[in-house]
Amino acid sequence: MPLSTQSQADDEQYVLVASLDNARNLSNLLKAITFKDHAIFSATPNGLKVTVEESKCLQANAFIQAEIFQEFTIREDSVGFQVNLTVLLDCLSIFGGSTVPGVSTALRMCYRGYGYPLTLFLEEGGVVTVCKINTQEPEEPVDFEFCSTNVTNKVILQSESLKEAFSELDMTSEVLQITMSPSQPYFRLSTFGNSGNAHYDYPKDSDMMELFRCDKTQTNRYKMSLLKPSTKALALSCKVSVRTDSRGFLSLQYLVRNDDGQICFVEYFCCPDEEVEEE
Amino acid sequence: MDCVVTGGNVKVLAKAINSLSRIGDELYVEPQEEGLALRSVNSSRSAYACFLFAPLFFSRYTIPRGHTFRCKIAIKSVQAVFRSLATLEKTVEKCHIELDEQKNRLTFTLHCKHGLMKTHNLSFQDSESLQAVFDKDSYANVFRCNPRLLVDTVVHFPPSLEEVTVSVSDERMWFRNHVEEDADQSKAMLTELCLASEEFDHFGVKAHNGVTFCLKELRGLLVFAESTGLPISMYFDEPGRACTPPPPPPPDDFMNDDIDCYLIAMDTSIAPGPSGAGPPTPPLSDSLCSKPSAAANHRTRPHSEEEEDETADSGRPPNKKFCSLFFGSVLPASSQMTTQPVTSQQVLASDSEEDVQ
Repeated sequence: MPLSTQSQADDEQYVLVASLDNARNLSNLLKAITFKDHAIFSATPNGLKVTVEESKCLQANAFIQAEIFQEFTIREDSVGFQVNLTVLLDCLSIFGGSTVPGVSTALRMCYRGYGYPLTLFLEEGGVVTVCKINTQEPEEPVDFEFCSTNVTNKVILQSESLKEAFSELDMTSEVLQITMSPSQPYFRLSTFGNSGNAHYDYPKDSDMMELFRCDKTQTNRYKMSLLKPSTKALALSCKVSVRTDSRGFLSLQYLVRNDDGQICFVEYFCCPDEEVEEE
Repeated sequence: MDCVVTGGNVKVLAKAINSLSRIGDELYVEPQEEGLALRSVNSSRSAYACFLFAPLFFSRYTIPRGHTFRCKIAIKSVQAVFRSLATLEKTVEKCHIELDEQKNRLTFTLHCKHGLMKTHNLSFQDSESLQAVFDKDSYANVFRCNPRLLVDTVVHFPPSLEEVTVSVSDERMWFRNHVEEDADQSKAMLTELCLASEEFDHFGVKAHNGVTFCLKELRGLLVFAESTGLPISMYFDEPGRACTPPPPPPPDDFMNDDIDCYLIAMDTSIAPGPSGAGPPTPPLSDSLCSKPSAAANHRTRPHSEEEEDETADSGRPPNKKFCSLFFGSVLPASSQMTTQPVTSQQVLASDSEEDVQ
């Protein structure tokens, strides 16, 4: 592969080098969280985390473990930078994003450190493109303080059924209300739109329900506009876990299988709507 | 009101609602003894459609006791319940329609696979009765054909075309669009199709007339008819004369009729005299005002309303006569083989009151 012929000496100047035989394994995942232009990249020896935030109320994270990469070298404990995600995605699909099997864009992502641009070496069919994207000072992502010990209710659903519900949601509703309860209706998505209200109920014994652990009846509302981007992640995923904590914060975790069948995760955190809800 | 629709009938119901959405923005719901009537009328009250679902269509059919109930709902809200027709068949097991008169809510509950339940609580408004009213004269011209024939005919006209003129002789039927005289000749296209009487199941012409009507509403009905594959009956008469519903079809043709549907469209051709069909008129949107019809006597009076509009606005083209085109199709039941007599809905239209000079 042409990219691997780069000299060892060059490599030493980079604090981060990550290579993928198939750039789609990264770009597809990033598309699931592209609702803002900028993303915070955070790399540790465990892998790469890309974070996108909206008004401090919504946060999306895409995780690609080190094992997914064909090469993942990091010379510091933690490397962070911020780039324009739209530009990055454009570069990753610079060869046109062909879906012919066997043909894929290879990627070598290199970063020299603070102040340096992010360098992408992309190759397809013997043609190499080098992209340099300016980086910015990484913002500190919001810590939603969502910890598993504080989780009151959790369900894991097969994405298929949730995809159907989300595609039908009444978009004239400003909020999406999620009710989780040990008793009826168990797991309910509700909208309150111009024509009236609608409820989607998933019983706990449905064969779409892989895990149902609800201790307490909780009803929370979330702004529809905040949750709408999560449908991209839902579309890619095969399973989704929905968790709420005692404060009503929502965590959606999507299990995504990439082109090679490897597992990656996308996570969305969302703050509940401030208004007092009625049952 | 408490009704349950199961299996493939849910899709039929959804298709009927989609068909009605092409006519008007509101769905008029009226549960009756004869069945559930779903109706729609366009804003200019020149086209009306009605789907009557007989009690046999439902696995349960209970109507409000002791009083007639009528309401209207924004049709988009009802369409939202049956979002994707393709998945309806695969996922929905039954649809439960319930009325809560106290809360002014109509609830549609879809019971789907995997235990998923979708509940839509739609608010409705009380409505006046919506019924096209005809006198009981017989039609001069009666036709029946496979919907495929009409679908294949209208496909030749551009989707943006508003009106089409149909004229008949003893053996032929022509479909033709109208091109404005001052239209850009390089972009104008005149299309004329001729259908022979052999292509129809029934072709009965008594008067060599022509009528002009809005194509959009017909397309809405054709979408439904084509999916069910049932014959369409078409009736029209001379301009200004009333039309009547057909007599019930003989029992050997259709044993059980679970759905009746009717589309009534108004003709807008200019008739220079009482004898022949006149040339087609300018587009429908120009010729009709959007004045809401007076519902005082519970009848839509498309004829008289149009005439009021004419005299009110001097800019309008004069001398419009019209008649009503009445499309009907009847759906036999799929499974039940009981010999229920056909309960044909009486649909009557008032005669136009005065001749336009």
